[in-house]
Amino acid sequence: MSWNITLKVEKRIVKTGEIFKGFLLEMSNLTRFCLRFFKEVFKPPYEFSEFAKQSYLVGNKSFLLIASTAIIMGVVLTIQSRPALAQFGAQSWLPAMVAISIVREIGPSITALIFAGKVGSGIGAELASMKITEQIDAMEVSGINPFKYIVVTRILASTLMLPLLVVFADTVSLYGSYFAVNLKDNVSIRLFFLQVFKEINFSDVFPAFIKTFFFGFAIGLVSCYMGYNAGKGTESVGKAANSAVVYGSFLVFIIDMIAVQIASLIT
Amino acid sequence: MMKDAVINIEHLKKAFGTNRVLQDVNLQLQKGENLAIFGKSGCGKSVLIKCIVGLLEADEGKITVFDKDITEINENELNEVRKKVGFVFQGAALYDSLTVRENLEFPLRDLKGKSRDEIDTLVEEALQNVDLKSAIDKMPSDLSGGMRKRIGLARSLMLKPEIIFYDEPTTGLDPITSKEISHLILDVQKKYNASSIIITHDIECARISSNRLMVIINGEFVAEGTFNELSKSENKDVKAFFE
Repeated sequence: MSWNITLKVEKRIVKTGEIFKGFLLEMSNLTRFCLRFFKEVFKPPYEFSEFAKQSYLVGNKSFLLIASTAIIMGVVLTIQSRPALAQFGAQSWLPAMVAISIVREIGPSITALIFAGKVGSGIGAELASMKITEQIDAMEVSGINPFKYIVVTRILASTLMLPLLVVFADTVSLYGSYFAVNLKDNVSIRLFFLQVFKEINFSDVFPAFIKTFFFGFAIGLVSCYMGYNAGKGTESVGKAANSAVVYGSFLVFIIDMIAVQIASLIT
Repeated sequence: MMKDAVINIEHLKKAFGTNRVLQDVNLQLQKGENLAIFGKSGCGKSVLIKCIVGLLEADEGKITVFDKDITEINENELNEVRKKVGFVFQGAALYDSLTVRENLEFPLRDLKGKSRDEIDTLVEEALQNVDLKSAIDKMPSDLSGGMRKRIGLARSLMLKPEIIFYDEPTTGLDPITSKEISHLILDVQKKYNASSIIITHDIECARISSNRLMVIINGEFVAEGTFNELSKSENKDVKAFFE
């Protein structure tokens, strides 16, 4: 009996050890992938046209989804916050409170999560599919660096496009909030935005904007890593897309947590 | 290495974990020669040609392509060698997001000093060679399996390669299209005076397209000769292919 228990515990320890080893190995490979990105990004020739194409695709692909989510976000946040503020007779604070929530946290985080779901999964699946159909090998045999052409351009595109999408999402959200405020009150657009900008300052906008570059980089990096290193068979396409979303979203939260700590230390 | 050999392989070994795919491979490819390598699935045929073009790293042995040992050279030198080489992949490996024209233009992107007209002429010429001029603006997803293989071949011809590797060029095709592809391989050899290695388990393709055949079993060459010589072989593994 006790022998069996010892055996089970031993097996569990070995299994945990293997999982931990696998995790460390994956982290080491991801780090090497990241270092390779920084090595290749500054080295000519530069793939400007592919970068422009990917930027257009990445931005355009998630434009409508982010716009509709952002407007809903603004409306819901305003409607949900009103009763709490009404209890203290502070409805006039509604535009400012919603704006600060959106600009500092909700806008960047929600947009990044949608971006990870829409763009990250797309990049993961596309690269995995290119890998299993030997398109990446075909590029390499043609004497073209596939890492530079496929990976570098996509990571750069997501790093630069996500901040723009966040600015767009924040703006649309504020319009959504203005609409929700006017469901019960009668506030002019000028007064609404006057209240918004009166309370928002540089320390709200700047750290929130900077962290979106890191969100975009992390999502692009993880998605490309998962796709570029996909296994064989069609099953790996789904796996790469899924892992890109899961790890991309997880990294968004980790970066957010670190960014909040740094921002609170600085401001 | 013989005088006109464009590829020379000595004692090549490659394993994936404990699976020893290539045991001790020795091979020479002469200039202008079409060599068919055939063997059962999983015997290491594709691994062999991927080692030759540097897509896979050899564990042991020497691979010389155009007098350069590709196991020793750096990435830039390897890319220079690759520019003289064409590779037709099993599934054609056309870039899904690009049209046929863009697929064909892709290998030319590093070439400087080519005008738009010159590029268009090269693309049209390559498509003419594979008899698919009408497919120029189609997407790969609109093409049949045989058409994809032809476009894959056309793309590999864009840089006028001196060596072409064909990885299972007739797999998944009907007998008529297979025959057409096999004749196309022969035409390309004549037109470009290119040397080729054709990886196949299609005996008819090997008969039509090659001058010499080598049989690989369990990662080692067990027989070599012309089609007629091998068809009379007493080796039971070789015989099995001709029955």
